[in-house]
Amino acid sequence: MQVVETDVAVIGAGGAGLRAAIAVAETAPDLDVAVVSKVLPMRSHTVAAEGGAAGVIRGEDSLDAHFDDTVSGGDWLCDQDAVELFVEDAPKQLTRLEHWGCPWSRTPEGGVNTRPFGGMKIERTWFAADKSGFHILHTLFQTSLKYPSIKRFDEFFSAELLVDEGRVAGVVAIEVRTGEIWCFKAKSVIIASGGAGKVYPFTTNGAIKTGDGMAMAYRAGVPLKDMEFVQYHPTGLPGTGILLTEGCRGEGGYLTNKHGYRYLQDYGLGPPEPSPRKKAMELGPRDRLSQAFWHEMQKGNTIDTPYGEAINLDLRHLGEDKINERLPFVRDLATSYMRADPVHVPVPVRPVVHYMMGGIHTDIDARTSIEGLFAAGECAAVSINGANRLGSNSLTELLVFGDRAGKHAAQFAREAAPADNAARIDAQAEDCARKIENIYAREERKESTAELRRTMADAMEEGCGIYRDEGRIRSTCETLADLRHRLPGTALKDKSKVFNTDLLSILELENMLEVAESLAHSAYARSESRGSHQRLDHTGRDDDTFLKHSMAHYRGDQAPEIGYLDVVITKSPPGERLYGGAADAKAQKVEAAE
Amino acid sequence: MTVQNRQIEVLRYDPERDETPRFETFTVPCKEEWVVLDALTYIKDELDPSLTFRWSCHMAVCGSCGMQVDNKPTLSCKAFVRDYGEKIRVEPLANFPIERDLVISQDDFMEKLQRGRPWIIPEQKREVEDGPYVQTPMQLDDIKEHTMCINCLLCYAACPVYALERDFVGPAALTLMYRYNADSRDAGWDERREVFAGHGGVWECSFVGACSDVCPKHVEPATAIQKGKMDSAVDYFTRFLMPGGGK
Ligand SMILES: Cc1cc2nc3c(=O)[nH]c(=O)nc-3n(C[C@H](O)[C@H](O)[C@H](O)COP(=O)(O)OP(=O)(O)OC[C@H]3O[C@@H](n4cnc5c(N)ncnc54)[C@H](O)[C@@H]3O)c2cc1C
Ligand code: FES
Repeated sequence: MQVVETDVAVIGAGGAGLRAAIAVAETAPDLDVAVVSKVLPMRSHTVAAEGGAAGVIRGEDSLDAHFDDTVSGGDWLCDQDAVELFVEDAPKQLTRLEHWGCPWSRTPEGGVNTRPFGGMKIERTWFAADKSGFHILHTLFQTSLKYPSIKRFDEFFSAELLVDEGRVAGVVAIEVRTGEIWCFKAKSVIIASGGAGKVYPFTTNGAIKTGDGMAMAYRAGVPLKDMEFVQYHPTGLPGTGILLTEGCRGEGGYLTNKHGYRYLQDYGLGPPEPSPRKKAMELGPRDRLSQAFWHEMQKGNTIDTPYGEAINLDLRHLGEDKINERLPFVRDLATSYMRADPVHVPVPVRPVVHYMMGGIHTDIDARTSIEGLFAAGECAAVSINGANRLGSNSLTELLVFGDRAGKHAAQFAREAAPADNAARIDAQAEDCARKIENIYAREERKESTAELRRTMADAMEEGCGIYRDEGRIRSTCETLADLRHRLPGTALKDKSKVFNTDLLSILELENMLEVAESLAHSAYARSESRGSHQRLDHTGRDDDTFLKHSMAHYRGDQAPEIGYLDVVITKSPPGERLYGGAADAKAQKVEAAE
Repeated sequence: MTVQNRQIEVLRYDPERDETPRFETFTVPCKEEWVVLDALTYIKDELDPSLTFRWSCHMAVCGSCGMQVDNKPTLSCKAFVRDYGEKIRVEPLANFPIERDLVISQDDFMEKLQRGRPWIIPEQKREVEDGPYVQTPMQLDDIKEHTMCINCLLCYAACPVYALERDFVGPAALTLMYRYNADSRDAGWDERREVFAGHGGVWECSFVGACSDVCPKHVEPATAIQKGKMDSAVDYFTRFLMPGGGK
């Protein structure tokens, strides 16, 4: 076993992990940072984000407005202290990124341009054409190269955290190229391992989004928070799940059903207007739009495609020039993968699993309940996203909380008293190495990893989809328990040490099953409807019982235990979520009363 | 949804077992809209879990899945099987050491990327309070296409110079250096000069243009390198031929 001693270990080299590493390097250049990532940094899924990152910059905008949009968008399940801090730091973080070279799209005068996004009242989404995540990730990665204290361990798969008496001591990882086990001994550890969309069959998430970091923290005793809140993005390409960014609608795209009708006006989002109006129609929040699709499907108004039901995203009226300038990637993706050039024809789209609002429970300094262990990015739930994330808040979240995680982890590494537990930590690392050897040693291949993965994903879609009910969630829970039980029946067909992806798929499946189980059980226990969690058997929001975060606690082979934690409310008492004309009417009423 | 059987002929190599690479052919029922990557994941899930390749995004933006498909450097997630014959040959990217099957070593590229100092080196430190730089759309246009590189390495696999000259910094890394040199916010030319224009730099390029031909993102490395040669010539002229080094 190879041993690396470092001050701070970061698991993940996506937007959050790189931002955290840079924060350590900047605030504490004397500390060593080891960035451990299962893929090269620029392969991380932040690269796929298209639309942009939210931060108040325009004169007519305000931090309060960003706060209000985020909190009502999250159906009041956001922690408001975290949101206050987030909106305040957002423009600063985006400015830093500009200084580091991010090629943000510009206004004619040379300022940073912004575009409208769903659920946001004012244009505050900074964008780099429709490759915002790509540019953010590459800017962070390239910037990270200038700090000598950041050492990267690319293509190292983290398998387990090392934790002793409530304090983190490092992480065990497999060097993918050689199969060798490495033990990273660290004073503090930051998990920035991204989301877990791959627990579903149809998702915008890349192959690597298997919830590894969530599962590692969960097994180590940190609760997973609000896991039942899963965002379906309304506009994915049928078949592949490739995303067409919300920027399409920000630029003025329409959603129409099979009659060519802009059906969103029937779901409290109207009235329809020819050009985009913020927080109305196509620029409503994602949960509402995905739910409206489901209802249209029930009414038989959707379009039948070889890959299931769809509706149309119509961009034709924007014209070729605007599409080429603002949405070139979308045009390329739709034309290649769907054979539908949006300049000439509407593109069929359907809701697709996109983002996990839930994740590793942290406080506003990215701390978890284990000393020295921090988490940031999509794997974490601070929570600024509550029951439904607003598009373009996530990229900003990576920066704001990645930075905080880095600073606090550095501080912890500097101040923490040395722990006297080397022997116990070594034993834990040996255990982990043995677990992997045992997988190699399994002879009989009773179960196929691919088959178990498919069964899991289908069960998740069936029981924990856009609309849920008790019976179907229960049956998903049963399937997941059964799959966990069958997992040891898998074995390796590939016994090589070199780049063994057969082994990694078993480890990833184990992680996914645990994350899926926390999700399904949290969904089962929440007998109300809020944001993205919609129960057909409990259709109303129930603030008396459920204005609370769900906390899933790991219990080994058994189902998780679900507890609750109060939501932090600082200034916005729970209210009604109104969009479109209804919101205007309410605002007028308030104004008149004043 | 039509399904058609295709023969996928894949290069296999496991350094623990094989002395030399070999080919193995799989019959794969390909759906009409599949890409080559889908055929490979089918093989891995249904036929042989030991087949080894990199992929993640499946939308041509993470740069993981570059391979030689029918002898041409290609992103396998954007190579539609319908555009190929009944038999498709898939090999690891040319010009790189093979780690296993379709996985190549990216170490050389990563080292060169870093050597090029691909980050903004500002004239003067700028604080957050100073706000964003002013950069006009025209200034952005100067670099825009060259910022689009996804580091997929297809250009290295296509480059006849890199094939022979390992010291050549190569299309993607040089383009990235050009992109920073040409950025209105940057003043780092002097720090990058030696790597950019010295041994292994832009002057090694013989302007065949194969890099731009295979680039899936229209980054135009060949153009960036040509523009870089011009900048380097001007730099040389001002430093050595102008009185006072152009200062
Ligand atoms: C298609 C798409 C479009 C999006 N568009 C937008 C948008 O326009 N605006 C917005 O705000 N948000 C958007 N999002 C959401 C946002 O992009 C993501 O939430 C965010 O990028 C996640 O970043 P991250 O750093 O947390 O994780 P990632 O970028 O996913 O990185 C995770 C890192 O962890 C590493 N890792 C994981 N497991 C392990 C392990 N076991 N061992 C070692 N390393 C590991 C990976 O290698 C990787 O480096 C989009 C998401 C998708 C999928
Ligand atoms: S899988 Fe990401 S580029 Fe092909």
